[in-house]
Formats: sequence, C-alpha cells, structure tokens
Amino acid sequence: MKMKWTSYPYILWMIIFIVVPLTLILLFSLTVGEEGGIGNLQFTLDNFKRFLDPKYIDVLWISISLALKSTAITLLLGYPMAMIIAGEKPSKRNLMILLFVIPMWMNFLLRTYAWLTLLGKNGFINYILTKLGFAPLNLIYNDRAVLLGMVYNFLPFMVLPIYSVLVKIDNSLIEAAEDLGANKLKVFSRVVFPLSIPGIITGITMVFMPAVSTFVISRLLGGGQYMLIGNLVEQQFLWVGDWHFGSAISIIMMIFILITMAITAKFDTEKEGGGGLW
Amino acid sequence: MVGKGSKKLYTFLIFLFLYAPIIVLIVFSFNNSKSRGTWNGFTLRWYVELFKDAEILKALYYTLLIAILSAIISTIIGTFAAIGIYGMPGISKKIVLNLNYLPVLNPDIVTAVSLMTLYRFLSIEFGFITMLLSHITFSIPYVILSVLPKLKQMNKHLAEAAMDLGATPTYALRKVIIPEIMPGIITGALMAFTLSVDDFVISFFNKGAGVTNLSITIFSMARRGINPVINALSTLMFISLLVLLLIINSRSSKSISERGDII
Repeated sequence: MKMKWTSYPYILWMIIFIVVPLTLILLFSLTVGEEGGIGNLQFTLDNFKRFLDPKYIDVLWISISLALKSTAITLLLGYPMAMIIAGEKPSKRNLMILLFVIPMWMNFLLRTYAWLTLLGKNGFINYILTKLGFAPLNLIYNDRAVLLGMVYNFLPFMVLPIYSVLVKIDNSLIEAAEDLGANKLKVFSRVVFPLSIPGIITGITMVFMPAVSTFVISRLLGGGQYMLIGNLVEQQFLWVGDWHFGSAISIIMMIFILITMAITAKFDTEKEGGGGLW
Repeated sequence: MVGKGSKKLYTFLIFLFLYAPIIVLIVFSFNNSKSRGTWNGFTLRWYVELFKDAEILKALYYTLLIAILSAIISTIIGTFAAIGIYGMPGISKKIVLNLNYLPVLNPDIVTAVSLMTLYRFLSIEFGFITMLLSHITFSIPYVILSVLPKLKQMNKHLAEAAMDLGATPTYALRKVIIPEIMPGIITGALMAFTLSVDDFVISFFNKGAGVTNLSITIFSMARRGINPVINALSTLMFISLLVLLLIINSRSSKSISERGDII
C-alpha cells in the first residue's frame, strides 16, 4: 500500500528545521554584515581566513589530537573488554552488557560532574593520597583530566559495537582455523580481528565525533579558560555574538567530521555489517 | 590466550572505572559536610534541600513537560513519516532518509547553533517553544529509524488484503498497519523521551529566560563549584533509572534471552 502523503508533514518539518538552518549556517559562514538582517550581507571568505590565525589553528589541533587520543585509548581498553564479554555465557554476557549500558543512561553531565568530586583539589583521590602521606596532586583542569573525561564518557560507545560484531562471529570459523593448525594468536589476527573491523569502525566514529565536538567535558574538567573547537563555537554564539565566525567554525567542524566518516567508510568493506549500535 | 584470572581482574578494573565516580557521588550525597574530602557522618540534609530548591524543581518540571510533549509529537509525526517513506519510490526515499540522518550524524553543537540561527532569523523568542521545537526535531529521526524496520518486517499484503475486504486506507492503517508496527512505535517513543530528558547541548543553545531543564541547571551549578545537592539529585536520578530498567528488563527478559542482546 502506498501512502506517501503521510510523510508530507515531516518533509515540511525537515525543510524548516533541518535544511533551512544548515543553509543559514552556510550562508552566515560565507558572509559578513549586520546581525540578523539578510538584506545587507556581503559575501566574503574572511571568516574562514580568520580561522587561520595560529590561535585558532592551535585550538583545532588540540581538539583533534585529544579526540584521536581518546579514540585510541577507548579502542585499546575497549577491545579486550568486548572480547571478554563476547566470550562469556549468554546469561552472564547480557548482564555485563547491561552493566555497561547503565552508566550511559545516567545524565552525561552528572557522569562528568562525578569526576569533579573524585579529581578535585579536595577531592576523594587527593584525600586518600594525603591520608597515605603523599602530597596532593594537581589532577583537574588540565589536558589529562579532559582526556579522562572523554575516555570515561565514550568507552561504552567503543565496547558495544565491537561486542555486537564479535558475538555474531560464527564459532565454526574459529574452529576451522584451529583445525588447520593456526595458533591462538593467528586465529585472532587472521580470523577474529578482520571480522570485527566493522564494529571497530562504528566504534571509532562513535567516539571520535562526540569527542571532537564536545564543549561540556572541556568546560567542566578543563576549567573556564580551556578551549576546544566546541568551546570556540559556544563562545562565538553565546558570548561574543559573532555568528558569522561561529558559523564558519561549525562548517569547519562539519568538514572534519565528514572527512573522518569518509576515511572510516573506506575501511568498512562490509557495508551491511552488524556494527550498528541499534 | 590470556588466563582466567587476568580476565577477571581486567573486567573488575574496567567496571571499577565505570562505577567508581557514581558510587562516590552516591556516598557523598549522604555526607554531612559541604566538602568532598572528609566524611562527617550520615545525613539526609541534601535531599531535604533538594526538594526545597525552587530552581531544581522548576527545571525538573520543564524537563518532564518537554520530554512528554516532544515524545508524543515526534512519535506521531515520525510514525506517519515512516509509513509514508516506506511507500516512496527509490530516489525520493533515499533523499528523505539521508536528510533524516543529518541530525543523527551531525554533532549536537552544529544542530544546536543551526536551530538557534533559525529562531533568531525568524525572530522567535527563545524559551519553551524553541526548546520544544528543537527536541521534536532531533527526536523524529530516531522514531523513524525504529519504526522503519518494523514496516519492512511486516507482510506487504496484509494492508492490501484488508482493503480488498473493503477497508478504507485509513481503516487499514488504524486496524492493520499501526498494530503491526506497535513495538517499533513504542521503542521510538521511549527513545524520544530519554533523548529529550538527557539532552543538554541543544537545549543549552535554545533555552530562554526562565525556562531551563535539569541538564542546564546541573551544568550551571557544576560550574559554580561542587554542590552536594547535585549529588543528591544524581543519586535519585540514578536509582529511578535503575528501577525503571529493572521493570523493563523483567517485562522483556524473555524476548531478550531469545534475541541474545539488549538494545
């Protein structure tokens, strides 16, 4: 039964709330002029040129390197975890996955805030350290605290897609490899790992994208002066009020994410792979 | 490849990493002191203060109101959209689905500032309406993505059979299609609700004077420094979440064990 018309309200909604806003961002990024009015806008590339200032390039570089680092760490920590869970009996493995999902359902600000209570100057870790007779450490408001916050928040995004691929691997493939004389390392590197690549790809995109665009983790754990590209967008839109420059930064951020997705899609040979989280 | 003991230790350490902050938060919500370092005895003081805090209660009210409204509206629009998209020819289906993916794939902050630009461009005053419209916008794609698979699973000839037997298209929709895809609709509605409750970034950019949600309140309180009232609030939210999860789990544990996964 064809009922195309039932989607028309949403198509209208999509044009107003998805297509028009993104077009406006693109338009604003390419223009300068008075705020709000569209009549006296002038086309220019100045907003993008302005971003080439070392000050902003530095921010972009820190954001990308932190996002890459957190992606690498979550992969290194998450892959063995996904393997361990996938190797358990079904009942236990469901429980473990549930335990992984529960913190993710807690408000993400609260999870980040929780680290504040652990890492702070008078926080729990420093309390233990001073009790043990060590000098308190400066654990918060630096790169490492932001990195920790990213790893903490995004680890489940890496574990779950890898797990969902690993758990579907046909055991007879592994047995066949073993029968043919492969040792455990070889079974992993030639059978299990290649089959799990779609999950890894999904995991990498799901960690890298929120990590590169975050402004909350950097604000809470990096302190008020800490700048990532997300903070830059926030600053331009909410505090400085330069929407044109803010739009240009958003476009740059989108371009980087599109590049990442294009790169990862290239590695994703199995398009219909079961790497999706949903 | 690795011994059983080291596997257990690794699992323990990862779960410690995941749960340590939450446990510390819960324990310190009962601490009779503003400082986080020292334990000054058990108290329920922060819970009492929480329920006296007008700012938090107001934020809770708006969070739930927006979540319920946006879940209802986005489920209705999204379900009908999915039915329509399902019946579309190839190319227009592809275009609509790709556009539908945009808010899912775009970073939250880009969606947030683009909506903010739209509202300012149309000179809509920031507040309840802008927040609700934004929440509906980012929820509909998820509703569509959970309803579409159910439509694909449905027997194509069911609705045709109903109409051959004299049902009008709307009657067939109501009596045949909607009941068939009900599980997808419910999943979509639940997702829309949780996404709305959990959202911070998009709300933060599109809030207005006097209208905030819990996430925004937590963010501004956390920026001002540690406040034990937030600990109490997180504990309550965590426990209510756990209870909700246990109820859902006990209701659907059969289907979960059959499917072998949770999500």
